[in-house]
Amino acid sequence: MTLPLNNEIIETLHTGDNVLLTGYMYTGRDAAHKRLCQLIEDDKELPFDIKNEVIYYVGPAPAKPGYVIGPAGPTTSYRMDSYTVPLLEKGLKGMIGKGLRSPEVIDNIKKYKAVYFAAIGGAAALISKSIKSMEIICYDDLGTEAVRRLYVEDFPVIVVIDSKGNNLYVR
Amino acid sequence: MRTIDTKQIKEKVTSLLLESNYNIGEETFKILNQSYELETNPISKSVLNQIIKNDEIALNESIPMCQDTGMAVIFLEIGQDVYLTGKKLYESVNEGVREAYSIGYLRKSVVDDPLFHRTNTKDNTPAIIHTDIVSGSQIKITVAPKGFGSENMSAIKMLKPSDGVMGVKNFVIETVKKAGPNPCPPIVIGIGIGGTFEKCTYLAKIALTREIGQHNTSGDYSKLESELLEEINNLDIGPAGLGGITTALAVHIEYFPTHIAGLPVAINICCHAYRHKSSII
Repeated sequence: MTLPLNNEIIETLHTGDNVLLTGYMYTGRDAAHKRLCQLIEDDKELPFDIKNEVIYYVGPAPAKPGYVIGPAGPTTSYRMDSYTVPLLEKGLKGMIGKGLRSPEVIDNIKKYKAVYFAAIGGAAALISKSIKSMEIICYDDLGTEAVRRLYVEDFPVIVVIDSKGNNLYVR
Repeated sequence: MRTIDTKQIKEKVTSLLLESNYNIGEETFKILNQSYELETNPISKSVLNQIIKNDEIALNESIPMCQDTGMAVIFLEIGQDVYLTGKKLYESVNEGVREAYSIGYLRKSVVDDPLFHRTNTKDNTPAIIHTDIVSGSQIKITVAPKGFGSENMSAIKMLKPSDGVMGVKNFVIETVKKAGPNPCPPIVIGIGIGGTFEKCTYLAKIALTREIGQHNTSGDYSKLESELLEEINNLDIGPAGLGGITTALAVHIEYFPTHIAGLPVAINICCHAYRHKSSII
């Protein structure tokens, strides 16, 4: 499946689907989310166009010489819950992480027709093989928490919460 | 009396941290493979297969198995007949950490102030250092880099003596259930029972330095470990929280005498990247 997302693609995604993503995505975790939401609160422009984009919750390890990126598995998503709704309002369509989301986030995934994917937590070395390019977009001072733009090929994820609000973790 | 230069400790800390981040170790590989064979659910099997593949890549390429290369937790058991020379002990340990996280391409995940500033220290120091004075003239160093996806799912509770075994079990099950998919299951669970508020958390951490799946030498506690492992694996959380019978790979309990009025219990959760390595100088 190719990125960026749109409503038509999102409607075809169902909880439990295994999907291979190809295209560009952004990275962001706690500290970057805090800054992005501060910009939204101050009515300032975001450092990248978030419409239809996917944010991968990851803080990669440094790349060894000859590598595009170091190991880069998902971080736990609930820590981004309090920052998620303003980003969905701005057009964010997909999130990749691992673990539970708050009821508020799930409601807004439905409202804004978005999708929450999980990557396999701790499979960081394996996942990094599907990342083909990496550039830092902003917040370089945050080190591993800087916002990066990744090009991925066949990046393996599972649909956990689909746009209808179905949740794979609730069985 | 034996003289040991703290430089030796520094070098050991560096090499142990690199090894523990790259190599999950034979015993954990064995248990992951056994779990893969036992799982019947295709999703759980696929997740375990990817975890095993991941750990093989890390070992073969000398790269970290997880991007969260942890906060460096270092245990030093120092023989009382050792005389330390050279730089200050803690300074040397932190130099060893700094070196490992730099030359080993490990992630720097430590912030200087937990609440107000949260500025990354950019070298993964300071380490969490625990020292214990023991008999003899050797130093045993154990490193256990600890990721926070699982650390955040840990819990402590001051139970009442009357809560007994059922109280302990309920607390453990409740904590694992609540954590669900968050701590990267299959997990390893370190439990500290007894002592005081801080002692039981220390015991829980020590329990996570034990060889995976080894039991407490006390029959009662060993039985409790087995019972808890079985009950946890019946919760259907499974690998990556997607269902299955492998929610935990092992349960390790450490205990200590406590006060007549108390039954402190601490649960320290570790993800499937069960990283720890020891060496003796």
